Amino acid sequence: MERIPILKMGPFLLVTIQIDLYDRLALTLENDLINMVSQTGARGVLIDISAVSIVDSFMGRILGNIASMSRIMDAETVVVGMQPAVAITLVELGLTLQGVHTALNVEKGMELLNTKLGDNLGPDDEEEEDQDDRND
Amino acid sequence: MIVMTKDTMDIAREQDVVPFRNRVREFSTRIGMSLVNQTKLITAASELVRNMLKYASGGKVILEIISQNAKTGVRLTFKDEGPGIADIALAMRDGYSTGRSLGLGLPGAKRLVNEFDLKSTPGEGTTVTVIHWKHGR
Repeated sequence: MERIPILKMGPFLLVTIQIDLYDRLALTLENDLINMVSQTGARGVLIDISAVSIVDSFMGRILGNIASMSRIMDAETVVVGMQPAVAITLVELGLTLQGVHTALNVEKGMELLNTKLGDNLGPDDEEEEDQDDRND
Repeated sequence: MIVMTKDTMDIAREQDVVPFRNRVREFSTRIGMSLVNQTKLITAASELVRNMLKYASGGKVILEIISQNAKTGVRLTFKDEGPGIADIALAMRDGYSTGRSLGLGLPGAKRLVNEFDLKSTPGEGTTVTVIHWKHGR
């Protein structure tokens, strides 16, 4: 069965969606990610959708679900790399992805996750963080 | 109105959705539709085809390139023989769903395309027709 690979990078999980998802694949990803968060104790999930050309309400709901489920398990979710056309379409569709953090690209997404993790641990090793890059 | 190209696709399974979306993309690229307008049309098509699978366990879609008053566009007609929609006004309302979804499918799809028409007879089926013009208006 086809699956989207999930990479572990330090305290974070990294997912790059390279193909247009059909429903079962999206549901499998949701399931795999939550299991991985539980097994690894990951503190953040980064989902790169820069190669995704269509996000409909189903796909939007899956992203929202992943974010809420991860939060309950003490991990933050950041969705990065959304194409401008996809963002325009999502807003007109009426889907605002509430509760899902977003960042322009993987680098900024990682920064955001690090900041969030740093906030929780207390300010010790994230001093050089550029405050202008905050995304929300 | 002149129909320049016409094609029909049967939608019976979830796996038919991605090839169908690709076909819609092909039609909109052929008339030179911009990326944003393409994305809107394909997203609307995706919502409608998903409804068809969910509520009527499939149906068929007619894809056409049409021309009217010097405008070119893509017309999609979704036909199913499902249970039909009892209250269309209610079904078109944001956030209303008889399934477990967000209830954005129909009203969202309507917002994304230039022309939207829904006809339904309970017990016989539903036909949704959408048109999106090349320049998005």
